[in-house]
Formats: sequence, structure tokens, C-alpha cells
Amino acid sequence: MNDFNMMWPLAGGLLIGLSAGLYLLTTGRIAGISGLTAAAIGLTGAGFSKLGIGFLGGILAGAALASAFIRQPEIVVTSSAPLLVIAGLLVGFGTRLGSGCTSGHGVCGLARLSPRSLVATLTFMTVAAATVFVVHLVTGGPV
Amino acid sequence: MLARILAAILCGLLFGMGLVVSDMINPARVLAFLDIAGNWDPSLAFVMGGALLPSSIAYWIRKRQAAPAFDDRFHVPANGRPDVALVGGAVLFGLGWGLVGLCPGPAIAALITGHWQAGLFVTAMLAGMIIHRLTFGRPSAATQ
Repeated sequence: MNDFNMMWPLAGGLLIGLSAGLYLLTTGRIAGISGLTAAAIGLTGAGFSKLGIGFLGGILAGAALASAFIRQPEIVVTSSAPLLVIAGLLVGFGTRLGSGCTSGHGVCGLARLSPRSLVATLTFMTVAAATVFVVHLVTGGPV
Repeated sequence: MLARILAAILCGLLFGMGLVVSDMINPARVLAFLDIAGNWDPSLAFVMGGALLPSSIAYWIRKRQAAPAFDDRFHVPANGRPDVALVGGAVLFGLGWGLVGLCPGPAIAALITGHWQAGLFVTAMLAGMIIHRLTFGRPSAATQ
């Protein structure tokens, strides 16, 4: 990635933070995507969460709108099918066991100064960077 | 309840737009941030910084309010201590994230691009969540 321009990530980050902030002040809940996803498919108790389904539907619609009118994403996935399955299982299981992901712990947890979220965020950031480092060391490039 | 659902859809819209505008929907961009020893791309740091500004203001406003606009109370967990499950879960999540560069939000948003890789990843992610539910039993709704 040699096309870094700080305005795009800054603007996108503001939108994500605005989303998390509005979700807190309107519904009183944390905008954590792993938790919302688990709730949407009925894993957190009382049936399929309408809020979870609504939020995830909104993500799909918002991503489609932004792709059409603001910025066409150029997605590069070089991972093989078995690797995608292994990584998906790890992300799904890990985010439930650890009670959150990049949004719930990273954005919302740090914003409310939660010690648990700070520990979780530092842990998954460090492990993810170490994983990339080891993968490059072993394969000589991205998998 | 209808107001809460509409709020969830609106917040999802903003979130999905943010993922595309920031290019976090692109796993290569995320992996380039995690690749500290290589051709480092600082984008994700700017996304986090940009996101923390409005969300911190919102959590600050929350302290001065008895209840959110559309509910009778806040559903934010009390600040607890880190434990083994939290750290263990974060390690497994970091491992999966570092392998392909996808975390839950961007993975779901990437479904709109029609890449089969996103569909396969999200399917496996949902399976991982179900396996957690079956093995660790009790529902853990919001214990962040």
C-alpha cells in the first residue's frame, strides 16, 4: 500500500466513531460488531436480535452506498480458502471468548476508558502484528 | 423499540460508510498496518484516532445522562478486571486477524463486493461463534 492519504482514514474513522457514539446515546448500547453479529444470529439469548439485524443490515447498505457514491473499494484478498476458514473460526470464537473485537474493545472500550478493553486491544493488536511478522518470515511474503 | 431499530440501522449505515471511506474494508490495507517490519501503512491508526474523537465525546456525555434517548437505561457493562478468557480470546482473535486481515465489521461489509473470500470468511466466523456458544455454554451478551 503506497497510496496512503491521511484524509480518507481520518474521515472514515470519524464516521465509525460517530456511529458508535450515536448508538450509545440513542440505544444505550455498545456498537461492537462481534457482539451484534452473535445477537443477530440468536446466540446471546432472547431470539434473533432486531437491533443486531438492523445494525448489520445498515453496515451492508452503508458500505454499498459509499462504494457507489464516495469511493470504489479495491479489495485485495490473497489468502487461500483453508486459511480463510481457519482465520474465520479463530476470529469468531476468539471475539466471543474475549467479549469483543476491534469496534467493541478498540473504539467503544477505549473511549470509555475500560481497563479490560485496553488489555484486549493491546493483546489482539500485538498478536496480529506478530502473526503477520511470522507469516512473512516463514513464507517470504504475504500468504 | 421501533426507534431503537431505526437508530441501529442509521448507526450501521454510518459504520458501513466509514469502513469503505477509510478502506478498512480492504484486508490488504489492514495487513499493511500490521506489517510493522515491512512497507508500513499507518491508515488504521488514523481510523482509530478519528473514531475515538466522537465516541469519547459520546461516552463523556453519557456520564451526565440518566438514560439514553430511546431506552430507560444504559446497557454498558461496568468496568471489570481483565481475566483469562478476555486475554485468551484476544490472542485467538489477533491470530485470525493477522492471518488474513479481516475482523468482524470489515468482513461483513466486504460481503457487498461479491468476493467469495468474504462469504467464506464470514461463514467460518459465524461457525466459530456458534462453537463458542456450544462449548462455553451460557450466553455472554455484553461483558465488555
